[in-house]
Amino acid sequence: MWYYEKKLQYPVRVSKCDPYMAKLLLEQYGGADGELAAALRYLNQRYTIPNKVIGLLNDIGTEEFAHLEMIATMVYKLTKDATPEQLRAAGLADHYVNHDKALYYQNASGVPWTAAYIQAKGDPIADLYEDIAAEEKARATYQWLIDMTDDVDLQDGLKFLRQREVVHSQRFREAVELLKEERDRKKIF
Amino acid sequence: MSDMRQVDERYYQLLEQLQAVDFVLVELNLYLDTHNDDVDALNQFNYYVQERWKIAREIESSYGPLQGFGNSASGFPWQWDDTPWPWQV
Repeated sequence: MWYYEKKLQYPVRVSKCDPYMAKLLLEQYGGADGELAAALRYLNQRYTIPNKVIGLLNDIGTEEFAHLEMIATMVYKLTKDATPEQLRAAGLADHYVNHDKALYYQNASGVPWTAAYIQAKGDPIADLYEDIAAEEKARATYQWLIDMTDDVDLQDGLKFLRQREVVHSQRFREAVELLKEERDRKKIF
Repeated sequence: MSDMRQVDERYYQLLEQLQAVDFVLVELNLYLDTHNDDVDALNQFNYYVQERWKIAREIESSYGPLQGFGNSASGFPWQWDDTPWPWQV
Protein backbone atom coordinates (compact mmCIF):
# COMPACT_ATOMS: atom_id res chain seq x y z
CA MET A 1 0.00 0.00 0.00
CA TRP A 2 0.98 3.64 -0.02
CA TYR A 3 1.10 6.46 2.54
CA TYR A 4 0.35 9.98 1.47
CA GLU A 5 2.63 12.72 2.74
CA LYS A 6 1.24 16.23 2.84
CA LYS A 7 4.12 17.92 1.03
CA LEU A 8 5.48 18.27 -2.50
CA GLN A 9 8.75 16.55 -3.33
CA TYR A 10 10.18 19.92 -4.37
CA PRO A 11 8.66 23.43 -4.02
CA VAL A 12 6.50 24.55 -6.95
CA ARG A 13 6.34 28.28 -7.52
CA VAL A 14 5.04 30.27 -10.47
CA SER A 15 5.46 34.02 -10.91
CA LYS A 16 2.37 34.75 -13.03
CA CYS A 17 -0.96 33.46 -14.29
CA ASP A 18 -0.10 31.71 -17.58
CA PRO A 19 -2.83 29.36 -18.87
CA TYR A 20 -0.99 28.82 -22.15
CA MET A 21 1.99 27.35 -20.30
CA ALA A 22 -0.45 25.24 -18.26
CA LYS A 23 -1.79 23.81 -21.52
CA LEU A 24 1.73 22.89 -22.64
CA LEU A 25 2.52 21.29 -19.26
CA LEU A 26 -0.34 18.82 -19.76
CA GLU A 27 2.07 16.95 -22.03
CA GLN A 28 3.82 15.79 -18.85
CA TYR A 29 0.51 15.19 -17.03
CA GLY A 30 -1.43 12.95 -19.40
CA GLY A 31 0.92 12.64 -22.38
CA ALA A 32 2.65 9.53 -23.74
CA ASP A 33 5.93 10.27 -21.94
CA GLY A 34 4.31 12.03 -18.98
CA GLU A 35 4.37 11.29 -15.27
CA LEU A 36 1.10 9.32 -15.16
CA ALA A 37 2.33 7.01 -17.91
CA ALA A 38 5.68 6.64 -16.11
CA ALA A 39 4.16 5.78 -12.72
CA LEU A 40 1.69 3.26 -14.14
CA ARG A 41 4.31 1.71 -16.46
CA TYR A 42 6.86 0.96 -13.72
CA LEU A 43 4.44 -0.08 -11.00
CA ASN A 44 2.75 -2.49 -13.41
CA GLN A 45 6.00 -3.98 -14.73
CA ARG A 46 7.34 -4.67 -11.23
CA TYR A 47 5.15 -7.77 -10.68
CA THR A 48 6.95 -9.84 -13.30
CA ILE A 49 10.45 -8.29 -13.34
CA PRO A 50 13.29 -10.32 -11.69
CA ASN A 51 13.61 -9.84 -7.91
CA LYS A 52 16.92 -8.02 -8.29
CA VAL A 53 15.21 -4.94 -9.81
CA ILE A 54 11.69 -4.99 -8.29
CA GLY A 55 12.74 -2.47 -5.65
CA LEU A 56 13.99 -0.01 -8.24
CA LEU A 57 10.78 -0.17 -10.32
CA ASN A 58 8.71 0.13 -7.15
CA ASP A 59 10.60 3.18 -5.92
CA ILE A 60 10.90 5.07 -9.21
CA GLY A 61 7.22 4.34 -9.92
CA THR A 62 6.35 5.80 -6.55
CA GLU A 63 8.52 8.88 -7.12
CA GLU A 64 6.68 9.48 -10.43
CA PHE A 65 3.45 10.05 -8.50
CA ALA A 66 5.23 12.82 -6.58
CA HIS A 67 6.22 14.32 -9.95
CA LEU A 68 2.64 14.01 -11.23
CA GLU A 69 1.55 16.00 -8.19
CA MET A 70 4.17 18.68 -8.95
CA ILE A 71 2.94 19.02 -12.55
CA ALA A 72 -0.66 19.21 -11.33
CA THR A 73 0.36 21.93 -8.88
CA MET A 74 2.02 23.91 -11.68
CA VAL A 75 -1.11 23.63 -13.87
CA TYR A 76 -3.38 24.54 -10.95
CA LYS A 77 -1.33 27.59 -9.98
CA LEU A 78 -0.95 28.81 -13.57
CA THR A 79 -4.72 28.70 -14.19
CA LYS A 80 -6.44 29.34 -10.84
CA ASP A 81 -6.77 33.12 -11.38
CA ALA A 82 -7.45 32.99 -15.13
CA THR A 83 -10.69 34.41 -16.53
CA PRO A 84 -12.67 32.50 -19.19
CA GLU A 85 -11.41 35.12 -21.67
CA GLN A 86 -7.77 34.38 -20.74
CA LEU A 87 -8.42 30.65 -21.08
CA ARG A 88 -9.89 31.25 -24.54
CA ALA A 89 -6.86 33.34 -25.57
CA ALA A 90 -4.60 30.48 -24.42
CA GLY A 91 -6.40 27.98 -26.64
CA LEU A 92 -8.21 26.39 -23.69
CA ALA A 93 -11.82 27.25 -24.66
CA ASP A 94 -12.47 23.61 -25.62
CA HIS A 95 -10.99 22.50 -22.28
CA TYR A 96 -13.08 25.08 -20.43
CA VAL A 97 -16.42 23.99 -21.89
CA ASN A 98 -15.78 20.38 -20.88
CA HIS A 99 -13.82 20.71 -17.63
CA ASP A 100 -13.90 24.34 -16.42
CA LYS A 101 -10.51 24.62 -14.65
CA ALA A 102 -10.45 20.99 -13.55
CA LEU A 103 -7.36 19.02 -14.51
CA TYR A 104 -7.79 16.16 -16.94
CA TYR A 105 -5.42 13.37 -18.00
CA GLN A 106 -4.71 14.53 -21.52
CA ASN A 107 -1.71 15.77 -23.46
CA ALA A 108 -0.96 19.32 -24.61
CA SER A 109 -3.13 18.77 -27.69
CA GLY A 110 -6.12 17.58 -25.64
CA VAL A 111 -5.78 13.86 -26.46
CA PRO A 112 -6.90 11.76 -23.46
CA TRP A 113 -4.38 9.47 -21.75
CA THR A 114 -4.47 5.87 -22.93
CA ALA A 115 -2.88 2.63 -21.70
CA ALA A 116 -1.65 2.21 -25.29
CA TYR A 117 1.15 4.64 -24.31
CA ILE A 118 2.78 2.00 -22.09
CA GLN A 119 3.96 -1.56 -22.55
CA ALA A 120 4.58 -4.56 -20.30
CA LYS A 121 6.43 -7.17 -22.33
CA GLY A 122 7.32 -9.62 -19.60
CA ASP A 123 10.85 -9.66 -21.02
CA PRO A 124 12.98 -7.80 -18.45
CA ILE A 125 15.46 -6.35 -20.93
CA ALA A 126 12.66 -5.18 -23.26
CA ASP A 127 10.81 -3.61 -20.31
CA LEU A 128 13.90 -1.85 -18.92
CA TYR A 129 14.92 -0.52 -22.33
CA GLU A 130 11.43 0.95 -22.69
CA ASP A 131 11.86 2.53 -19.25
CA ILE A 132 15.21 4.07 -20.20
CA ALA A 133 13.68 5.44 -23.42
CA ALA A 134 10.71 6.83 -21.48
CA GLU A 135 13.05 8.71 -19.12
CA GLU A 136 15.06 10.15 -22.00
CA LYS A 137 11.90 11.26 -23.84
CA ALA A 138 10.57 12.88 -20.67
CA ARG A 139 13.93 14.62 -20.14
CA ALA A 140 13.72 16.04 -23.67
CA THR A 141 10.12 17.20 -23.13
CA TYR A 142 11.12 18.99 -19.92
CA GLN A 143 13.86 20.81 -21.82
CA TRP A 144 11.39 21.92 -24.52
CA LEU A 145 8.99 23.08 -21.78
CA ILE A 146 11.76 25.08 -20.07
CA ASP A 147 12.50 26.70 -23.44
CA MET A 148 8.83 27.71 -23.77
CA THR A 149 8.68 29.92 -20.65
CA ASP A 150 10.51 32.94 -19.24
CA ASP A 151 9.07 32.35 -15.75
CA VAL A 152 12.19 31.59 -13.69
CA ASP A 153 10.15 30.21 -10.77
CA LEU A 154 8.41 27.73 -13.06
CA GLN A 155 11.70 26.89 -14.76
CA ASP A 156 13.18 26.01 -11.36
CA GLY A 157 10.59 23.29 -10.75
CA LEU A 158 10.87 22.02 -14.33
CA LYS A 159 14.68 21.81 -14.05
CA PHE A 160 14.31 19.67 -10.93
CA LEU A 161 12.00 17.32 -12.82
CA ARG A 162 14.33 17.23 -15.83
CA GLN A 163 17.25 16.19 -13.60
CA ARG A 164 15.21 13.43 -11.98
CA GLU A 165 14.70 11.92 -15.45
CA VAL A 166 18.49 11.84 -15.86
CA VAL A 167 18.92 10.01 -12.55
CA HIS A 168 16.13 7.53 -13.27
CA SER A 169 17.62 6.75 -16.68
CA GLN A 170 20.99 6.10 -15.04
CA ARG A 171 19.47 3.75 -12.43
CA PHE A 172 17.55 1.82 -15.12
CA ARG A 173 20.78 1.43 -17.12
CA GLU A 174 22.44 -0.01 -14.00
CA ALA A 175 19.47 -2.37 -13.59
CA VAL A 176 20.07 -3.70 -17.11
CA GLU A 177 23.71 -4.38 -16.19
CA LEU A 178 22.67 -6.13 -12.96
CA LEU A 179 20.38 -8.46 -14.94
CA LYS A 180 23.08 -9.14 -17.52
CA GLU A 181 25.56 -10.03 -14.75
CA GLU A 182 23.00 -12.36 -13.20
CA ARG A 183 22.33 -14.00 -16.56
CA ASP A 184 26.06 -14.49 -17.26
CA ARG A 185 26.65 -15.98 -13.80
CA LYS A 186 23.92 -18.56 -14.45
CA LYS A 187 25.59 -19.60 -17.73
CA ILE A 188 28.78 -20.62 -15.93
CA PHE A 189 27.01 -23.39 -13.97
CA MET B 1 -10.14 31.38 -0.30
CA SER B 2 -11.44 32.48 3.09
CA ASP B 3 -11.50 28.94 4.55
CA MET B 4 -7.74 28.58 4.00
CA ARG B 5 -5.68 28.14 7.16
CA GLN B 6 -2.77 30.58 7.07
CA VAL B 7 0.78 29.32 7.56
CA ASP B 8 3.73 31.46 8.60
CA GLU B 9 7.28 31.86 7.30
CA ARG B 10 8.60 29.17 9.68
CA TYR B 11 6.34 26.60 8.01
CA TYR B 12 7.99 27.27 4.66
CA GLN B 13 11.48 27.10 6.20
CA LEU B 14 10.82 23.77 7.92
CA LEU B 15 9.10 22.38 4.82
CA GLU B 16 12.13 23.24 2.71
CA GLN B 17 14.46 21.60 5.26
CA LEU B 18 12.36 18.44 5.09
CA GLN B 19 12.28 18.52 1.29
CA ALA B 20 16.09 18.83 1.26
CA VAL B 21 16.64 15.87 3.60
CA ASP B 22 14.03 13.79 1.81
CA PHE B 23 15.75 14.52 -1.49
CA VAL B 24 18.94 13.03 -0.05
CA LEU B 25 16.93 9.99 1.07
CA VAL B 26 15.22 9.45 -2.31
CA GLU B 27 18.55 9.72 -4.09
CA LEU B 28 20.28 7.28 -1.72
CA ASN B 29 17.31 4.93 -1.83
CA LEU B 30 17.40 4.64 -5.64
CA TYR B 31 21.20 4.40 -5.61
CA LEU B 32 21.12 1.61 -3.03
CA ASP B 33 18.52 -0.23 -5.13
CA THR B 34 21.32 -0.82 -7.67
CA HIS B 35 24.33 -0.72 -5.26
CA ASN B 36 23.18 -2.78 -2.28
CA ASP B 37 26.73 -3.41 -0.97
CA ASP B 38 27.81 0.24 -0.64
CA VAL B 39 28.22 0.59 3.11
CA ASP B 40 29.05 4.32 3.01
CA ALA B 41 25.82 5.08 1.14
CA LEU B 42 23.92 2.87 3.58
CA ASN B 43 25.39 4.70 6.59
CA GLN B 44 24.43 8.04 5.06
CA PHE B 45 20.94 6.75 4.41
CA ASN B 46 20.44 5.59 7.99
CA TYR B 47 21.81 8.89 9.34
CA TYR B 48 19.35 10.94 7.27
CA VAL B 49 16.45 8.69 8.29
CA GLN B 50 17.02 10.02 11.83
CA GLU B 51 17.39 13.61 10.60
CA ARG B 52 14.13 13.49 8.61
CA TRP B 53 12.14 12.36 11.65
CA LYS B 54 13.52 15.24 13.75
CA ILE B 55 12.32 17.78 11.17
CA ALA B 56 9.04 15.96 10.53
CA ARG B 57 8.26 15.89 14.27
CA GLU B 58 8.92 19.64 14.51
CA ILE B 59 6.57 20.37 11.58
CA GLU B 60 3.85 18.12 12.97
CA SER B 61 3.99 19.68 16.46
CA SER B 62 3.15 23.10 14.98
CA TYR B 63 1.29 22.42 11.74
CA GLY B 64 -0.42 19.04 12.08
CA PRO B 65 0.08 15.57 10.64
CA LEU B 66 2.29 15.06 7.59
CA GLN B 67 1.24 11.49 6.81
CA GLY B 68 -2.17 9.85 6.70
CA PHE B 69 -3.52 6.44 7.74
CA GLY B 70 -1.92 6.46 11.17
CA ASN B 71 1.69 7.29 10.37
CA SER B 72 1.17 10.63 12.14
CA ALA B 73 -0.94 11.30 15.25
CA SER B 74 -3.47 14.14 15.22
CA GLY B 75 -4.52 16.81 17.72
CA PHE B 76 -8.19 17.64 18.40
CA PRO B 77 -10.21 18.34 16.38
CA TRP B 78 -9.05 16.03 13.56
CA GLN B 79 -6.23 17.91 11.80
CA TRP B 80 -5.46 15.70 8.80
CA ASP B 81 -7.98 17.42 6.53
CA ASP B 82 -6.84 20.94 7.47
CA THR B 83 -5.63 23.20 4.70
CA PRO B 84 -3.23 24.00 3.21
CA TRP B 85 -2.76 20.97 0.96
CA PRO B 86 0.58 20.79 -0.89
CA TRP B 87 -0.67 22.46 -4.06
CA GLN B 88 -2.09 25.33 -2.01
CA VAL B 89 1.20 26.52 -0.49
